[in-house]
Amino acid sequence: MTAIAPPVAAARPARARPDRRRQGWVRRAPLLPALVFTIIVTQLPFLLTLWYSLQSWSLVRPGSEHFVGFSNYADVFKDSQFRTTAVNTVIMTVGTVLIAMVIGVGLALVLDRKFLGRGVVRTLLITPFLVMPVAGALLWKTTMFDPTFGIVNFLLRPFGIGHFNWVGSFPLGSVMIEMIWQWTPFMMLLVLAGLQSQPKDILEAASTDGARPLQIFRELTLPHLRRYIELGIVLGAVYVVNEFDAVYMMTQGGPGISSANLPFYIYQRAFLGFQVGQAAAMGVVVVVATIIIATFALRLIFTSFSGTEQAA
Amino acid sequence: MTSADMTTAEPGVGTAAPRRVAPRKKRGNSIPVGIVGWIVGIVFFFPVLWMVLTSFKTEAQAYTNTPSLIFSPTLSQYKTVFSSGIWPYVANSAFATIVSTILVLLLATPCAFALSLRPVRKTRDVLFFFISTKMLPVVAAIIPIYIAARDLHMLDNIFTLVILYTAMNLPIAVWMMRSFFLEVPGELLEAAEMDGAPLRRTVTEVILPVVAPGLAATALICCIFAWNEFFFAVNLTATQAATVPVFLVGFISSEGLYFAQLAAAATVATLPVILAGWVAQRQLVRGLSFGAIK
Repeated sequence: MTAIAPPVAAARPARARPDRRRQGWVRRAPLLPALVFTIIVTQLPFLLTLWYSLQSWSLVRPGSEHFVGFSNYADVFKDSQFRTTAVNTVIMTVGTVLIAMVIGVGLALVLDRKFLGRGVVRTLLITPFLVMPVAGALLWKTTMFDPTFGIVNFLLRPFGIGHFNWVGSFPLGSVMIEMIWQWTPFMMLLVLAGLQSQPKDILEAASTDGARPLQIFRELTLPHLRRYIELGIVLGAVYVVNEFDAVYMMTQGGPGISSANLPFYIYQRAFLGFQVGQAAAMGVVVVVATIIIATFALRLIFTSFSGTEQAA
Repeated sequence: MTSADMTTAEPGVGTAAPRRVAPRKKRGNSIPVGIVGWIVGIVFFFPVLWMVLTSFKTEAQAYTNTPSLIFSPTLSQYKTVFSSGIWPYVANSAFATIVSTILVLLLATPCAFALSLRPVRKTRDVLFFFISTKMLPVVAAIIPIYIAARDLHMLDNIFTLVILYTAMNLPIAVWMMRSFFLEVPGELLEAAEMDGAPLRRTVTEVILPVVAPGLAATALICCIFAWNEFFFAVNLTATQAATVPVFLVGFISSEGLYFAQLAAAATVATLPVILAGWVAQRQLVRGLSFGAIK
């Protein structure tokens, strides 16, 4: 219908269009430098990764690159180490985020109550998050988890645990403990923000009506916190799934690949194995998986947040 | 700051006590909750406290079966750290952090403006494009970045890190600055427009004063992330452009694992960010949550 609109009707908007178009570019101009910069620096590499993933290419043998089609992808899906590290990544991400969230909710409830030195305690609690990840991982590996001189074994000595090698025996668990330590403060602050945005009059009314504290928490506070908890889980997962520093510092993915996650494994393939094509193919697989998961999760979360923004 | 200050916020009633005593309990300090809070707070803070304590010990004091809390402090570990050539690394970190943060603010502020107060069409799509770049695993981009840097002779060059840190922080800054711009009261803008003030004056005299604290908060967060970044630094630098986290790793492998020395190096590396973060606790969450949490 619109395609065969009478020419006269089309002529009038056409005259106004250059002006409107210029108006549009005036509005768009401030955003273009950032957009163009981001596209070049972040999107171009991914396109190249896509291209490299179709090549057989070893970094140490110049001129070795040649087109091999999808055979790198076939290798990736046949690679049992890739599957192991993928499973490790899921365990690490889900475990870290959920445990950090549970502790974070508990701590937020504590900090939401008034007590002596609350500001100081909040400052203490947020500190792990600020520690340089490389330094944090190093501290846990040495001063905390060292079999002989570590604090953890010292504290557990009364319980009959002697010189237990935590990082060696539970590499994945040890890395996760460090990451939970770093991420709990973030979850706590998110949930605390949620708690403090809760309308107080409703809670008071419920309490005056004789509702028990646990009942109030379950039926009023928790539903209110739901959005904040979801946001924390999604954002936490986004950051944690890319974790590289803790694995690199604490275990180097070892023993074997028992504590390697995908970022570390791909790094190993590219920079220690020099297999550019294969590493690129793994990267593409990870990117596709991330996009699928993140698209759903993020739309959901940010729609729910911007929705209330308008309502407020 | 428009965001509510957490310390002055009303004590929560989410865990309110039984009805009759509720009003009194709410106002008073809760001692059991306070004890729990302090214990957990100290547990979480302990690794950092221990790092600082250990950094003032001799190696012999650091390697005891029963950890010693009381000891005569020594500065010798810090002397070792500072005489082991840390300064070029600090200079590199400072340069990459400051220059990338300035670039981020220069790019993000107009961009956020065009996505909030004078929104372009498809604002939503642009916003989601920015956030989506943070979702993509960096590890998938490192290979082409490495090869491009090698071919452009930009390996071990601090400007490579500056560019990458700018790209890394830009999405967070855009989202954060946008959430600050949205707090500019509409009446103020309308009044300025009615007066016929040119856009530039509206921006400098009406908008910037309101969002200035937000600008500072955004800058601080970008600084924290740039200072702590390790993955790009370890893969793309060697001797000339290496940053503090790379120094920390190299320091351990060259000096061996000595607790006290390592604690001193870690303290030097982490302290600037810890102090900055304590100042900007609230804004940190705002940045990490892409402005969703006010």
